[in-house]
Amino acid sequence: MKHLRSIDELGLDGLSRLLDLTEHMAEVNRRPNPKVPALRGKTVCNVFFEDSTRTRLSFETAAKRLSADTMTFAVGSSSLNKGESLRDTIETIGAMGVDAFVVRHGSSGVPWQVSDWTSGSVVNAGDGWHEHPTQALLDCFTIRTALGRSDGFDGLHIAIVGDIKHSRVARSDIAAFTALGAAVTLVAPRTLLPPAVDDLDVTVVDDLDEVIADIDVLYLLRMQRERMREALVPSLREYTSRFGLTPARARRLGEHALVMHPGPMNRGVEMAVDPSELPGSVITQQVTNGIAVRMAVLFDLLGSGPRPPVEPRPEEETS
Amino acid sequence: MKNDKQVLGPDDVRRATTRMAHEIIERNRGLDGVMLVGLQRGGVWLAEQLGAEIARIEHPVPVGSVDASLHRDDIGLRPVSPGSVSEIPDGIDGSVVVLVDDVLFTGRTVRAALDAIGEYGRPRAVQLAVMVDRGHRELPIRPDFVGKNLPTSLDEDVRVTIDGVAISGTGMSGGSS
Repeated sequence: MKHLRSIDELGLDGLSRLLDLTEHMAEVNRRPNPKVPALRGKTVCNVFFEDSTRTRLSFETAAKRLSADTMTFAVGSSSLNKGESLRDTIETIGAMGVDAFVVRHGSSGVPWQVSDWTSGSVVNAGDGWHEHPTQALLDCFTIRTALGRSDGFDGLHIAIVGDIKHSRVARSDIAAFTALGAAVTLVAPRTLLPPAVDDLDVTVVDDLDEVIADIDVLYLLRMQRERMREALVPSLREYTSRFGLTPARARRLGEHALVMHPGPMNRGVEMAVDPSELPGSVITQQVTNGIAVRMAVLFDLLGSGPRPPVEPRPEEETS
Repeated sequence: MKNDKQVLGPDDVRRATTRMAHEIIERNRGLDGVMLVGLQRGGVWLAEQLGAEIARIEHPVPVGSVDASLHRDDIGLRPVSPGSVSEIPDGIDGSVVVLVDDVLFTGRTVRAALDAIGEYGRPRAVQLAVMVDRGHRELPIRPDFVGKNLPTSLDEDVRVTIDGVAISGTGMSGGSS
């Protein structure tokens, strides 16, 4: 595997391979000294054009636990503010000898562009509303370990609730959950469904109470406040009453059902109960598993098999 | 595999296992602090067999396994396919760890396993038990307990299971003498 940019690009084989490898990385993280020399001499550069706490720290920790060197490109204090183009920035960093770029950007498709400009590997850490594949991997790994489903998700019913339209997490999760065999139901108001929802292999309902009693996993998405300004949702209170996890709904959840959230959480909006009091909440495990999953991704990209020779760039670009 | 040559049968493997179990007990003057750790993947069944024999002769000892693929020195040179997840018994500090593998060849896997074991604690001693020593060491590593010394040529393949030991290869055969 050269890049990880989308779940589709990974395929079912790649998905299974990475989830198996994650078991090994999780074992490393349980050791007294959670560090292995596997990626000594490799350099991983985080390039985040959007705010992020957990994803950036998670990638950085993952790289360090594999003994790779890490660089963080802080957009705020960079020459992008002097008008340097994205391409020049990537090529400049690449010239310092970077083996993998971890890229987050507000526009869809940027990771594909970046991979045209570097001989290194590219990991998509979130591009616009498009994809966030490592989040989907850590969600799959969390479900797999919490429910003991290392053989796949056949027969599991997963409900994803909230702003599907603007969520790269939902998009990657739908692809990964269905690839592993789960039945996925989207629960959202019409205004927050993606335009091509009919092409997805999912069921759509607009009432959480319809499905809450028969699901194995309740996946709540973050309700972004700016959607209110765009008049896609009438009010936060109405959103909570129709789509939030309230104490009444929590009581109707199945005994084994998991509650998940990609963070950051809006307490009192989509999460109207204290998640620490939900027996099925695996939200902190999601964060913990994120490190192991990203270790597996970086190891698979940089540590498995010989790297293909670097192709020289065509001359016409130099100036 | 064309030139499959059976070198040991199931009875030979069973007898060698019993002998090695006795040697491990004898060398350590009992089993105080001894634990067996099989190398993923090929050494795991042998560690379990040795553990069963030792339990029959004296008393049970902890048996675990270690996957050393993240400590190898050839990462990036070939595809990596880890075995099962490591299960190291508790209390490794001050114990005697007997690493167990099916075949000892270049010694590089054993070196990686020594590094991996060191991440869990500091054993009093580490010993090495292998069913087959096929030679061609590339590192200063030697086994303490050997089922069978089996001179081979580099292009031969040695396969060890509970049902016996076989050599196959593209070479002119006749590796063992």
